[in-house]
Amino acid sequence: MKNSSSFRRLLIGSTYFWMAGLALVPYLILLGASFLERGEGALVSSHVTSANYLHLLSPTVFSMALDSIGLAGIAALLCLLAGYPFAYVLAQSSAKLQPLLLLLVMIPFWTNSLIRTYALVMMLKADGVVNTLLLAAGLIDAPLQLMYTPLAVFIGLVYTLLPFMILPLYAALKAVDPRLLEAGRDLGAGRVQNFIKITVPLTMPGIIAGTMLVFLPALGMFYISDILGGARSMLLGNYIRDQFLVFRDIPMGSAASVTMTLAMGLLLLLYHLASRRLGKEMLQ
Amino acid sequence: MAGKYRLKSGEVPAESFFLEICGLNKAVVELNRVCKDYGGQRALSDISLTVADGEFLSLLGPSGCGKTTLLRLIGGFEDCTRGSLLIDGQAVDQSPPEKRAVNTVFQNYALFPHMTVFDNVAFGLRMAKKPAAEIEQSVAQALELVQLAGMERRRPTELSGGQQQRVAIARAIVNKPRVLLLDEPMSALDHRLRKQMQKELKQLQRTLGITFILVTHDQDEAFAMSDRVVVMQHGQIEQIGTPMEIYEEPVNLYVARFVGDINVLDGVIREQTGPSTFKALVEGAAVSLKSMRPLSLGQPIHLLLRPEDFRLELEQDMAESQDLSAKFQQARLKGTVRRIFYHGATYDVEVALESGARVQVTEFFDDDSENLYFKPGDSVALGWHEGWEVVLPHEK
Repeated sequence: MKNSSSFRRLLIGSTYFWMAGLALVPYLILLGASFLERGEGALVSSHVTSANYLHLLSPTVFSMALDSIGLAGIAALLCLLAGYPFAYVLAQSSAKLQPLLLLLVMIPFWTNSLIRTYALVMMLKADGVVNTLLLAAGLIDAPLQLMYTPLAVFIGLVYTLLPFMILPLYAALKAVDPRLLEAGRDLGAGRVQNFIKITVPLTMPGIIAGTMLVFLPALGMFYISDILGGARSMLLGNYIRDQFLVFRDIPMGSAASVTMTLAMGLLLLLYHLASRRLGKEMLQ
Repeated sequence: MAGKYRLKSGEVPAESFFLEICGLNKAVVELNRVCKDYGGQRALSDISLTVADGEFLSLLGPSGCGKTTLLRLIGGFEDCTRGSLLIDGQAVDQSPPEKRAVNTVFQNYALFPHMTVFDNVAFGLRMAKKPAAEIEQSVAQALELVQLAGMERRRPTELSGGQQQRVAIARAIVNKPRVLLLDEPMSALDHRLRKQMQKELKQLQRTLGITFILVTHDQDEAFAMSDRVVVMQHGQIEQIGTPMEIYEEPVNLYVARFVGDINVLDGVIREQTGPSTFKALVEGAAVSLKSMRPLSLGQPIHLLLRPEDFRLELEQDMAESQDLSAKFQQARLKGTVRRIFYHGATYDVEVALESGARVQVTEFFDDDSENLYFKPGDSVALGWHEGWEVVLPHEK
């Protein structure tokens, strides 16, 4: 008994250790750096300032951030629209078919997402697979400009992030008791009404989780907009990356990171409060 | 035991006769030779059943006998493989559940967890696009009926099992269905609550006049609540009848054994002494029997007797009293008392017959004696009340 409990403590303890060592400490360093100034020779100087945060509010950076949020929002919406039907079919399919379909969702993860993004270039470029097929089918006369458009960025984001939408939706849909849907039918609801009144509200946690899991990375996935969108669309992720790697302005990049994290945290908090309040109202 | 009413042997009223005596002429649900297959497995075979308007009908059987499948068929959650299903004279084989004037109380209640009690109960009315004022009134009425007034704003998870069941019932009856289907609704409740809900459900059924079809594996529940009971086994109907018919005139050993304790004695027909009277050798003793069944000479039979059907006397009393032995004229089996089981108002006596067969006899305490009359080792005479026996052809 004692052995197993100390083993358990070791397992749980090591998790905390990794969390602290690999997430908390670096983040505290980031937080500290965001209040410093850019150093001449060293990475940072020891002068404390809030100038970095003020700079984030300048019109250029602010509008870039808004664009970035809009882009990530649309990407999340597209993932939801594409992912829900798939997750629905997945959850409804036979017990034999489900592991296979899940495997199909997982397989792309076996390849590095950067490599997959380059593969998308092969698909989307002027003499790529898509244009070749469309030309061969006679649907278009000249190659479409797909690369370096917002469309290409959306394609890239949705392609990369779709599994993060499908998996929580699948879990939420699997958890919906089919007997509730039978009860709905029994009480006069058709399939569509059942879906709207029962399935969607009951899978709302999955919808929120999936949307968060897509929206948050979409804000930061700089390489997708770099590779597929060219220099045209600047995302928050690109901005942060540039601060660190191009301009070597570590405090500025840190401030942007911290702000983004805080914004995400605020979003999660709002959702949490809203759902709790909704729950309370229903109780009264 | 005196005053126990019983139909004469074999006098089983026809279904139409039953409907007449109950003043229930109209059939609400009709199943004609319905079969249901699941991937080659037969779940229901050749089910024909008519359910009368306002009737309380129970489908009784062990798990896997097809009773729930039958209920789901009526509810519209399963299709008939063959045969036809009519509700109010309309063929509904092709109608989805939402188009049927039938509502279900599900076994696990299936309350919508994301809705309040009010929204749960209002669901059906909203789907039917009833005006809001009417919905409010109907829901309030339904909750009143199941004694849940004031609980409108609660969530299902905040209710006890019994309360959840009441919500499930209110949610179904608020739609004023022609038939209410109940799928083992009491199985999750504890014994006392179950007894109470049985009474309330029966009362509710009388108040509303809605036809109830109850699925249960509990014989007591079926008997306590139903006008008629359908005993099922292996996807087939074994017997349809009033609880009394089922209990006292089981058509075969399966039904007899499923509903309550029963003693099965083996015998063989020796002689026919009248249109419905026979002499037979049962467990080594010559007895006279009554049965409406056509029985031939030399035919092996089962003799079924409930524990309370027996007469039991001490052999020494029998020797002393002429009156007493006269009661054993038609049947007198000899045996020895083995064990006594005390039950409060009654006690069971286990008797080993000379043939080796064991029977269980239920005795009531005498008014003037608090002592058990029998004790292990007593030599006893065993007979039964004339005409209370059920004779069945021998089954393998």
